[in-house]
Amino acid sequence: MNCSDVRTFVHGYLDKEIDLVRHVEIEEHLRTCTACSQVHHAQVALRSALKSDELYFKAPPRLERQVRMAARRADRKPWLPRLVPREWIGAAAAAAALVALGILVGPMLGRPSLTERTAQDVVSAHVRSLMPGHLTDVVSSEQHTVKPWFAGKLDSSPPVVDLSGEGFPLVGGRLDYAARQPVAALVYRRGAHVINLFVWPSASTRDFAETADGRLGYNVFYWTRGETNFWAISDLNATELRQFARLVQARLVSVPPTDGPAPTP
Amino acid sequence: MVLPHLNAAYNLARWLTRNEHDAEDVVQEAYLRALRFVGGFHGGDGRAWLLAIVRNTCYDWLRRNRPADVPATFDEDLHSVIDHSESPEDLLLKRADSVRLREALEALPLAWREVLILREFEEMSYKEIADIAGIQIGTVMSRLARARARLQQQLTLGLRKESAG
Repeated sequence: MNCSDVRTFVHGYLDKEIDLVRHVEIEEHLRTCTACSQVHHAQVALRSALKSDELYFKAPPRLERQVRMAARRADRKPWLPRLVPREWIGAAAAAAALVALGILVGPMLGRPSLTERTAQDVVSAHVRSLMPGHLTDVVSSEQHTVKPWFAGKLDSSPPVVDLSGEGFPLVGGRLDYAARQPVAALVYRRGAHVINLFVWPSASTRDFAETADGRLGYNVFYWTRGETNFWAISDLNATELRQFARLVQARLVSVPPTDGPAPTP
Repeated sequence: MVLPHLNAAYNLARWLTRNEHDAEDVVQEAYLRALRFVGGFHGGDGRAWLLAIVRNTCYDWLRRNRPADVPATFDEDLHSVIDHSESPEDLLLKRADSVRLREALEALPLAWREVLILREFEEMSYKEIADIAGIQIGTVMSRLARARARLQQQLTLGLRKESAG
């Protein structure tokens, strides 16, 4: 390798982007060539000078607000398909939304079935809930606090079960909107994963359970039991989410799924 | 809580447009595009994906507003750097202050500047930079070499002038 080559490859060397053979060659060259070695030193100095914070332009605080407002305005324009939850830009949710939406586009083109539409609502609501300050309206790990909170806000308060003993602690609840109606969202956690359990009355008296592993980038389980619809969604792995669904189902066998106060022990 | 990668987006836009207000406009437009093209995101590094959009939005904006900044063809050799003088003054670089560095960076041709900003400030790999700028990995390295040599030269000249004056 001659000096001219080294003057280029020394950058790959500095950036750790060249293969081992070249790396060794350059090291060797720098040891013996004063001129190139000086260039190398100067480049190291340049690099550390470039690390100055004064050279990195941080976004002004107002920019975030501006972008959000622009996104909201654009969202209202008819040419933009409403594929994206209005508040899509939550940091935690953005990546998830991107993944989910990539798959959502397909089904949207055909006429989506009721289940498909509900699935989309559930995904949107889940993504939205992960945005800062959106997860819970009532924060409590106590089922007897969460359940009454819904009284008066929904036609019927949802059954709330405590699964903290099984490793799915209750975090709280909130009102949400899916399947064209206000629904109860119960929030559970499994480690760092959030599980949303959406609950609303079902028109059907037929009990069934359906799994939709990997749907839209999330795992989703939905079932109907005792004239109530349940949709569980999370980025949790399918096995554990299924376990969660089974636990809820099992527990509700002994809990009346209709409205009214929680059974007194 | 902030928008994902907002600082990286703004920093890149600011360096490419060389103006704060233009950078804000570009970032806003870029996020709207990201929102619109969200279906085109197939996983991977969200930051690289977003920065590619920011970069392209910058280029569109520059073509509209400052076409001179975006020559249709970029001849690297027209911007050749005087052969690396091996003067000891190169080492004076350590004294270079941020103001001078900023000026030198802004004076770089756009094609070199973007590569350098992505490398030095966002610490992206040559591969990622190549994808964002739509060039070969080898070109990433040669542009970095030229950009850094130019910076060094500008700074050394500046210092030399200063000590002469």
